[in-house]
Amino acid sequence: MADVEVGEVVGIRAIEVTRGDLVHYAGASGDRNPIHWNERFAREVGLPGVIAHGMFTMALAVNVVVDWLGDPGRVLEYGVRFTRPVQVPDPGGATVTITATVGAVDPDAGTARVDLVAEAAGVKVLGRAQAVVRL
Amino acid sequence: MPIDAGYAGRAYPPTDAYLVGREHLRDFATAVGATHPAHHDVAAARDLGYDDVVAPPTFAVVIAQAAEAQLIADPAAGIDFSRVVHAEERFTHHRPIVAGDAITTVLHVDSITERAGLAMVTTRCELSDVAGEPVSTVVSTLAVRGEG
Repeated sequence: MADVEVGEVVGIRAIEVTRGDLVHYAGASGDRNPIHWNERFAREVGLPGVIAHGMFTMALAVNVVVDWLGDPGRVLEYGVRFTRPVQVPDPGGATVTITATVGAVDPDAGTARVDLVAEAAGVKVLGRAQAVVRL
Repeated sequence: MPIDAGYAGRAYPPTDAYLVGREHLRDFATAVGATHPAHHDVAAARDLGYDDVVAPPTFAVVIAQAAEAQLIADPAAGIDFSRVVHAEERFTHHRPIVAGDAITTVLHVDSITERAGLAMVTTRCELSDVAGEPVSTVVSTLAVRGEG
């Protein structure tokens, strides 16, 4: 971890997301808003269809960082902006691609900033997604 | 009814302790595809120096959202949840959450601003353990569309 360099890509992953995954997240997180599982309800409130929980996408994105670090406790800070919703049609689903790149290294503090890009259907769905990690 | 901007600056009393269960952490980790063994296997977590399985970095939102309900579900605050979009989320972990933790949360309403028919509500949850030591700070911003 000591020789981490700015610009180094530390993880790339493509994740398939289905309605079933959103139902599981709804139960596990306690966020049971029907826009995340009920097509009729989602359309009634003006959405194009069921969308993933922003927090679900945020959670997916940081997995590559945890796996790179080898210790979930080394994620000291993690923040994102939710810029675009991830539509999850049924049948089918969505593919979310995650790329994690080292954006800055602080050798004195022993930390690094990892910049995350999350895309679905060709558009970025998270903005300013950054994790500060202990190396 | 518009959002009551007078709630900005408010701090709520500490919540009752939220008990973090091992099976809940495993289920949350599975739900988000977090396959690192420290989320699932007690022995793997102990090898890394933790007392029990470790929460994924975003798990604190579960505890924070329960505390945020004090504001969101308060009819006098005027937040129509059907018009809410999650705009931003930020975690600062003072230490990792592990199974067996009992977490008390103090909810702060940091700001309520309105512009162009959109209200931005920023809350901050300060999570601490039974010893009173800080665990996580969770800052969340909701965007609430105006009516019509």
